[in-house]
Amino acid sequence: MRTAVIVFPASNCDRDAAVALEQLTGEKPAMVWHGESEMPDVDLIVLPGGFSYGDYLRCGAMAAQSHIMREVKARAEKGTAVLGICNGFQVLAEAGLLPGALMRNADLKFVCRPVALEVEETQSVFTRKFDKGQRVTFPVAHGDGNYFADAATLDRLEGEGRVAFRYAPGENPNGSARDIAGILSEKRNVLGLMPHPERVCDPLLGGTDGKAMFESLLEALS
Amino acid sequence: MTPITPQLVREHGLSDTEYARIEELLGRAPNLVELGIFSVMWSEHCSYKSTRAHLRRLPTRAPWVLQGPGENAGVIDIGDGDAAIFKMESHNHPSFIEPYQGAATGVGGIMRDVFTMGARPVAMMNALRFGAPEHAKTKRLVAGVVAGIGGYGNCMGVPTVGGEVNFHSSYNGNILVNAMCVGVARADRIFMSAAKGAGNPVVYIGSKTGRDGIHGATMASAEFNEDSEEKRPTVQVGDPFTEKLLLEACLELMATDAIVAIQDMGAAGLTSSSAEMASKGGSGIELDLDRVPQREAHMTAYDMMLSESQERMLAVLKPGHEAEAERIFRKWELDFAVIGVTTDTGRLVVRHEGAVVADMPVHALSEEAPVYQRPFTRHTPAANEISIDETKPIRESLIRLMGSPDLCSRRWIWEQYDNTVMADTVQLPGGDAAVVRVHGTQKALAITTDVTPRYCKADPFEGAKQAVAEAWRNLSAVGATPLAVTDNLNFGNPEKPEIMGEIASAVDGIAEACRAFDFPVVSGNCSLYNETNGEAILPTPAIGAVGLLKNVDRMATIAFKRKGDTIILVGETKGHLGQSLYLREIEGSETGAPPPVDLAVEKRNGDFVRRLIETGQVDTAHDISDGGLLVALAEMAMGGNIGAEILVPGKTMEDFIAQYFGEDQGRYIISVQKSGVDAILARASQEGVAAVRAGTTGAYQGALPADQVLMGRALAPTLISDLRKAHEGWFPDYMLGDTMPPTN
Repeated sequence: MRTAVIVFPASNCDRDAAVALEQLTGEKPAMVWHGESEMPDVDLIVLPGGFSYGDYLRCGAMAAQSHIMREVKARAEKGTAVLGICNGFQVLAEAGLLPGALMRNADLKFVCRPVALEVEETQSVFTRKFDKGQRVTFPVAHGDGNYFADAATLDRLEGEGRVAFRYAPGENPNGSARDIAGILSEKRNVLGLMPHPERVCDPLLGGTDGKAMFESLLEALS
Repeated sequence: MTPITPQLVREHGLSDTEYARIEELLGRAPNLVELGIFSVMWSEHCSYKSTRAHLRRLPTRAPWVLQGPGENAGVIDIGDGDAAIFKMESHNHPSFIEPYQGAATGVGGIMRDVFTMGARPVAMMNALRFGAPEHAKTKRLVAGVVAGIGGYGNCMGVPTVGGEVNFHSSYNGNILVNAMCVGVARADRIFMSAAKGAGNPVVYIGSKTGRDGIHGATMASAEFNEDSEEKRPTVQVGDPFTEKLLLEACLELMATDAIVAIQDMGAAGLTSSSAEMASKGGSGIELDLDRVPQREAHMTAYDMMLSESQERMLAVLKPGHEAEAERIFRKWELDFAVIGVTTDTGRLVVRHEGAVVADMPVHALSEEAPVYQRPFTRHTPAANEISIDETKPIRESLIRLMGSPDLCSRRWIWEQYDNTVMADTVQLPGGDAAVVRVHGTQKALAITTDVTPRYCKADPFEGAKQAVAEAWRNLSAVGATPLAVTDNLNFGNPEKPEIMGEIASAVDGIAEACRAFDFPVVSGNCSLYNETNGEAILPTPAIGAVGLLKNVDRMATIAFKRKGDTIILVGETKGHLGQSLYLREIEGSETGAPPPVDLAVEKRNGDFVRRLIETGQVDTAHDISDGGLLVALAEMAMGGNIGAEILVPGKTMEDFIAQYFGEDQGRYIISVQKSGVDAILARASQEGVAAVRAGTTGAYQGALPADQVLMGRALAPTLISDLRKAHEGWFPDYMLGDTMPPTN
């Protein structure tokens, strides 16, 4: 599996994503600077967490307009897998690759803690190695993770089986609509989620629940 | 030209004697720009004029110290060609005036001190002191400071892994925000600030210069009064986005061979960075202010030299490397300008709009800065006279302590900090020390900050010793070898002999403890004039410390791991209740002497516990500090969700209260499987370490849910869930409805 990690100004989980990818695939990902307009031929593109452009204007809004995002959109159209984690999810929503928006957390505070999630969809390249309904714990670390979309969109996401992860009952850390933590695109090749699977791939760091996501990708895309 | 009047001199915080000395050094009267430059360079904040004579007594050397005090941060060798670079610094005055920006820029400033030396910052800590919880301003200040620290650190992508928080009425008008940053670099790629050589280009990098923060250093060197609100414009505004770009750009530049010297523009901005670099390099510097990137129009030379705009660096390059450096900074969309050149004249010459606006010998600004032997009176240590009410049930006292402002869980705070970014945080906040793996290796750094200000008030010497001992103990309790210290000395007005006495005694206490532990001070910061309307804060010499774990798999945490483990208490318990939290929270009395620290015993006990961890015999350890034995056990029980039955000696309630809540030093609790107990106790006895069986984990057999109970002699069965409710409850309840909006 060949992978690329997009680096925006003030991305700060780019290294964490690269480490997790290298651990699982044995190969270093290509680190692609936002100002580039091209990138190598890859099977997976990761938009990492961080504070691209300092979260100024709106989280992810400026990164969504960067050069490289045109190429990311084109690749996604063609079916390349795209994974947006945290700020990466915000960028995907701002770029229109995923529906809805990430608003300021309901209690207006940044929140960093491990959160229990339920895997709702296993029919995707990102989640095939999880069990349906499986409980996993990933950390969240964000100030703007409150997923919002209108009722019709939410109904459609649920109807089409595109809610990949939900916060377990009582665990919603940010006020997200219908406890949604991560969603898939219509073609199911784009996943955006607020929790950080790349931070739970090492037993020393409090768990390995995130590994199944990278193993899913490895199995599906190799 | 503005005439230099006595009034103007005083407004610049300079005394008549100091001004006369300036005239003597220059051989003429200074102009306004020069007066401004002298005022910041000779401020307490930049010159350490009150403390310098005392700080010389601190031990600063050890074979593993690569760089002691005097650079932007201290550097220690952590093996395999790696170095840890760290420092703690205060941002007290700005944080009181403007909590969000004050705290945020404190974080930004200390990060720059670390990455300007070539390190990637890997962990942040902060030591915070607020006024009494019931004081009208406290809640807003807590909310603002925490949001500011998080806002800056989170964006930087550096985990904030711990720290400490106290509340006390002495901080009502003068909170303390001390931020510590730890970075890692290759030992042969450390960058210094000495601007050696003549004819080298001086380059400005980072953000543009604005009018913010002018005279921040002078503001930080004076007391507060009712007009402090008017000082708001002296607080800088932080931009962590630019700092993140600056970090990456600097590290990219440092990978080349272009840099002679580099220093961040912190307090006193362009003035102190240029003067200090020239002073250390034994050179001169000429600056052309017309080339300085400016955010605002019509800025004067005075504005530019005194601005404390954030996220800026000054570097001296090797000639011919300008283009290479510029390409890197342009890539990161940062300002870059060659604004001057080094000379061999030993003078700082500043030009603006074609004219020379300042021309001063560099040594006059730095080496010639005043050093005062201020008069001081030593404090008479408080006598250990206390009284307690023996009828108070221990269970209720424990629950009250666990939910008291100084002991309750700080989860409300640290959940607002990204503590797992960089994917190397091995021990999260809540333990004795945070542990951060050195990226790509099996070794790790343990980090802690400690001081118990109420001890220091009662006895500055013993209190300061205790602060060092507790930091050393916290590192040992996770299994780390303590290596070095950064100190942040927060005190009141040094012109008062009793405050100067606190400073002198605290420095002696730190020096004695550091010497006993071979635990040198490699960096630090002093914050004086922490007074409002003449009321000084408690003396607060905060100690930040770093230790090394050679193998992160051999590490202890505080959580009980197994039922049926034997609890061993290491160290002697005399039941010292003077200045204890028990006395303050349960009896409402801040009396007595602080617990004395026997440094030899402390070292012996710590070395013993650390070796048990290093050899894999112990994976569960906790130091005993605030609140005493029972509080430590309650924390271990909550951490592992396993209770314990506790054995302590005693006959009367007074005995039990002293055993459970006394704050005797040099003590640890370890919990070990039964099979290992005899060997450990035998070894303790061989080494002269006091160690006794003090109970069993998860042993309770009774009506309440098995293994969920903490109980012991004179301690009625107490559910962990009740402890947790008290422990986790206070902070969120207190902060409910806080009004500070998060700001970007």
